[in-house]
Amino acid sequence: MGDLFGKEWLLTTMTFAPVLGALVILFLPRTASAAIKWVSLAAAAVPLVCCWPLMQGFSAAKGKFTDFSFVQQLDWIPGFGIQYYVGVDGVSVTMVVLTALISFLCVIASWGFEHWTVNRGIKGYFALFLLLETGMMGVFVSLDFFLFYVFWEIMLLPMYFLIGIWGGPRREYAAIKFFLYTLAGSVLMLIVMLAMAFTVDGDPNAPGSQLCFNLPTLMQNSAAFAGEHARDWWMLAFIGLYIGFAIKIPAFPFHTWLPDAHVEAPTPISVILAAVLLKMGTYGLIRINYSILPDAARQFAPVMMFFGFVGIVYGALCAMAQIRGVPRVNPQTGEHFIERDWKKLIAYSSVSHMGFCMIGLAGCTPAGLSGCMFQMWNHGCITGMLFLLVGVVYDRAHHRNIDGFGGLWTPMPKYGALTALAFMASLGLPGLSGFVSEVLCFVGAFQASDPAENAVWGYGASYYRVLTALSVTGVVFGAGYFLWSYQKVFLGPLNPKYEAIEDVTWREQLTLWPLAAIIVALGIFPKYYLDIVGDSLKFVVNHVQMPWLKPG
Amino acid sequence: MDPQTLVWAVPLLPLAGFAVNAFVGRHLPKPVVGMLACGTVLASAIISWVLFFHVRGSGPLTSHTFTWIDVPGLKDGYLKFVAEHKLVVDQLTAVMILVVTNVGFLIHVYSTGYMADDKRYSRYFAYLNLFTSFMLILVMGGNMFLMFVGWEGVGLCSYLLISFWYEKIENAKAGMKAFITNRVGDFAFTIGLMLLFVYLGTSFKTWTVDFGEMQKVIAENKGSVQTGVMTAVGILLFIGATGKSAQLPLYTWLPDAMAGPTPVSALIHAATMVTAGVYMVARMNFVYALSPTAMTVIAVVGGATALFAGTIGVAQNDIKKVLAYSTVSQLGFMFMGVGVGAWAAGIFHLVTHSFFKACLFLGSGSVIHGMGGEQDIRKMGGLKKYMPVTFWTFAIASVAIAGIPPLAGFWSKDEILWQAWSTHDLAHPIWGKLVWLMGAVAAAFTAFYMTRLVVLTFFGELRSAPGAHAHSGGGVDLPDWMGEEKKPEPGTRNPESPHGAPSAGHDAPAPAHDAGHGTGHAPSSAVPHDPHDHGKAAEGKHPGTPHESPPSMTIPLVVLAALSIVGGFLGMGAWMGAWTHMPNWFETWLAPVWGKAAAEHHDVPTAEYVFVLISVVIAVAGILFGWRVYHKLKGEPAKNFTSKHRELHELVRDKYRVDELYDAVVIEPLLELNETLARFDNAVVDGAVNGTASAGASTANVTGYFDNEVVDGGVNATAHAVQTTGRGMRRLQTGNIKSYVTSAVVGGLIVIGAYCISLKWQEIERFFKS
Repeated sequence: MGDLFGKEWLLTTMTFAPVLGALVILFLPRTASAAIKWVSLAAAAVPLVCCWPLMQGFSAAKGKFTDFSFVQQLDWIPGFGIQYYVGVDGVSVTMVVLTALISFLCVIASWGFEHWTVNRGIKGYFALFLLLETGMMGVFVSLDFFLFYVFWEIMLLPMYFLIGIWGGPRREYAAIKFFLYTLAGSVLMLIVMLAMAFTVDGDPNAPGSQLCFNLPTLMQNSAAFAGEHARDWWMLAFIGLYIGFAIKIPAFPFHTWLPDAHVEAPTPISVILAAVLLKMGTYGLIRINYSILPDAARQFAPVMMFFGFVGIVYGALCAMAQIRGVPRVNPQTGEHFIERDWKKLIAYSSVSHMGFCMIGLAGCTPAGLSGCMFQMWNHGCITGMLFLLVGVVYDRAHHRNIDGFGGLWTPMPKYGALTALAFMASLGLPGLSGFVSEVLCFVGAFQASDPAENAVWGYGASYYRVLTALSVTGVVFGAGYFLWSYQKVFLGPLNPKYEAIEDVTWREQLTLWPLAAIIVALGIFPKYYLDIVGDSLKFVVNHVQMPWLKPG
Repeated sequence: MDPQTLVWAVPLLPLAGFAVNAFVGRHLPKPVVGMLACGTVLASAIISWVLFFHVRGSGPLTSHTFTWIDVPGLKDGYLKFVAEHKLVVDQLTAVMILVVTNVGFLIHVYSTGYMADDKRYSRYFAYLNLFTSFMLILVMGGNMFLMFVGWEGVGLCSYLLISFWYEKIENAKAGMKAFITNRVGDFAFTIGLMLLFVYLGTSFKTWTVDFGEMQKVIAENKGSVQTGVMTAVGILLFIGATGKSAQLPLYTWLPDAMAGPTPVSALIHAATMVTAGVYMVARMNFVYALSPTAMTVIAVVGGATALFAGTIGVAQNDIKKVLAYSTVSQLGFMFMGVGVGAWAAGIFHLVTHSFFKACLFLGSGSVIHGMGGEQDIRKMGGLKKYMPVTFWTFAIASVAIAGIPPLAGFWSKDEILWQAWSTHDLAHPIWGKLVWLMGAVAAAFTAFYMTRLVVLTFFGELRSAPGAHAHSGGGVDLPDWMGEEKKPEPGTRNPESPHGAPSAGHDAPAPAHDAGHGTGHAPSSAVPHDPHDHGKAAEGKHPGTPHESPPSMTIPLVVLAALSIVGGFLGMGAWMGAWTHMPNWFETWLAPVWGKAAAEHHDVPTAEYVFVLISVVIAVAGILFGWRVYHKLKGEPAKNFTSKHRELHELVRDKYRVDELYDAVVIEPLLELNETLARFDNAVVDGAVNGTASAGASTANVTGYFDNEVVDGGVNATAHAVQTTGRGMRRLQTGNIKSYVTSAVVGGLIVIGAYCISLKWQEIERFFKS
């Protein structure tokens, strides 16, 4: 077991500290709301503080592919070869930090719980929130597929309740939709997991004796999934996993749970959803699809590219449609209404921005994969900030109708400036972090070009470049919907209803400024991020070995 | 400090000014804010001069470099992507930073007077400093992506400053239009950058975005570089330039950008930002030099824009709109220059234009200020006697732009026209002649509309009281020779126009706070501003007689006018060498940038003298014609012309209705598509999800029925049979308590479970039905 304060316990501490906090909260009286919040803050602070030694120790041990840092490996269900096996490499370490950071900020963002529309059950809210953090953290640190799966499911449950209890008017619909949709995806994951476990021997000394859930071992044995006779079957497995993860990303056409979940969820939960949960999809694609099934990944690249492109453009156009309004029918009352929801706009912009990750993944060159990873981080910070910002105005005005504001910059100068910064970052203004990742994704996809005769029906040589060029339109549309909505909400004559609206409070600023600082700092010095992820990603790039990696 | 560090100081000083004014400027007194903003730019200007002499002494200068984006490649750096924070000051950049910092400084000083009454004073100067910083990064950036940081950064500042008085929705929309139109150009620009990067990488194993390295690779592989790729790259990059530099077809944002404060129009939309496209083409000369096709496209688009915008300028009545179209037209001249391979001439025109156009815009600001916010030249007239400094500086700059020797505009414009005629760099020499023809006609138009502007503004009698526009829309009797009252400005093309009614604007009558103030300007008068009337508040509210502007505004005018006179001597054409025995200094200075030897003395063909003469004749004729029509004949011929050719006049006045065309062809269909996709998303994509859910629910209903009636029926029947049998066997019962308890517990669990499901069932059903 070793030293309790030893390196191997760090990730376990980060993962389970929140759930310990949740246990403490369960024993507090429900009237002690201040104590509940402070315990939550402390519990969420532990992983954040641990990020410091994590990054220190990590940069010392930049891993190769199978060389993980802060590894802890304990037997869990020996009969099935299932272990409690955690560790981080470049692919996961920044996601761990992102989870810790965003969760901490979201506890602060939940401080005004008493003033929410649904403000009962404070104990339950914070306990579930912390359980959620444990689940998310666990997904990113797991190196055992079974453990990964367990955390994946653990995370699902609190999210279901957090949306379903503390959400907006259609919360139950949104929560069940989210739950069932993700569950459907994870069933596919379960099947593939078992198939993989049965294919590779967990114990090389006793062939056929054990199942293998060990992710590094599976990665090392990726040749087992590439045989000529097994190609179709593993392609199917790849697709199954892809659907599971695409639901989480969310990639077209599996994205429709997202607008509903985002719109209904309370602000901090929207932030968690956008900033962390969506990343699990792309993380899973890199960690499992690309690392274990590189052969199928190569074949699947054109499809990934296509759906990335569709996501970028489709998400952007749907986001823009929110500004002029989308006619809808309320399913409960049959009432017709025009939907102009600012939060939905940002939800669709997420679909668009996660599409960048996908085209970077499809290219799978050093630039593309770094871009994908960096875009995951940036999207977490930027869209997290956007949802926090929408929450600010929702708390005051109790609506999010883009047409219902106007001229807010005058009474809310700081809010206007912070929103402008987040919008500019999101639309990829050079000098801010979002630009760097978008450029890397574009360059990565643009570098792809498969000259093989039968690649993409003979269009392989230009297929990726044409789709990349078309994807760049997403940046134009991004400027369109962000500036247009900015104009609607912040510019023009001040809506007299909001003459006395309060600017961002210091507590809100406490959640916004750290993200703003990260966005600016990483825009100027993205090297710090790219260096952390670089080596591990390079190994994935070489492992997948797309056809265009060889100098022609 | 070593020069490598000084290079960084140039863009970082204004950035520091921005940071201070943005974060604490609201709490600082106005003079401190103004001093800080002007001071940082002045410091940059001084350092620019130091760097200029350094470059003159010892050649191009590279700053200390820091890693920015660094993705190491595979073996031998294959597929690597590295962009550094690296500034380079070569001869071209030295010229650009001198223009940006020096003209920028003058405009900062002017702004302290012009914006004195504005309540967002510190925010204005923060933006202006941020702009200066980004503009410097644009021209100093040592690689394509750092240049792109400046490129988009100035776009952001342009957006913020156009919509500076954002309470008026038109201003906000004009800013948005500028940014999005630029983004359309940047779409092509980005693809061009990627194409060049990936092409050089895959073909020559050099993965670089650094200008110097790219130039080297292309120079080394001149024979094997594919012309087709260079053409594609060149045209894609140029499309980006048409956005930034307001060329056909993406020019429509610039006239609307006049919604910003006038000094902003002078700095951003005349002297610096809009010339970025010209700079970019000159910077990427190593690409264009390999593609005559791309060069031809640039030259022809430049010539067409010069002509097109020149004609529109004739029919505008807003003083700033005239200047805006004039800017579009002059930018066209610059592109003609760089397009025909006369890189130095194009940049030279950029420099002289920054002098006289900044002077004109600032002069127009002074006029607007003195007229209490009036911008319609039909309501001006006779301002000569009220505003002598403004008049003289404006007149000098007008003569300069018209191309009368020996003022600045003549030298640069004449050089471009001659080079266009004599170029051999285009796809076919005939293109050069065509470009020359378009340029020559555009030059005639320039001289004509500038004369019209000066005459209507400064000569004759004053036609309305300053600030009168604020009291009534049509209270002023317009002389009928000015053509009919212009219908309301079509204004910003806003995507929502078909839905929301266009905002009525906020030209509500502004109370005349300073009634009786008369002449004399009170820069610090604490006038409570109507929140809807910032624009007008800052433009001044002084009914009565027009008045000259304060020294903070007139001194920059005088300096710029002086530069408009002497600035041209830097680049006197080769034909002057016969008398002066001096080479074209400007051309010689820039020669190393294009990798050419310094210009030698060459025999000047006689034709060149002829073309100089033609240029002068065109300019003089344009001025005389304008003078005759608008001064001598009081506009009578113009009236006759417009009434005879009403439709033509309306078409030109409405800017050939290009905005309306884009609205109908691009914006509207796009918005329709958005809505269609959103409906598709709700009905089909999400419909499929909900459909699957209800299909699941229906299946559950069927199986539930089956389960109750058939399966459970069978179970019950079995149970019945068992029961019957059991009765017979009752006597055999031993009374085993353990088995009773077991069956009770199991049965109980089943019942509870079933009960739970039945409770939940309604919820599940409700969900699926929803």
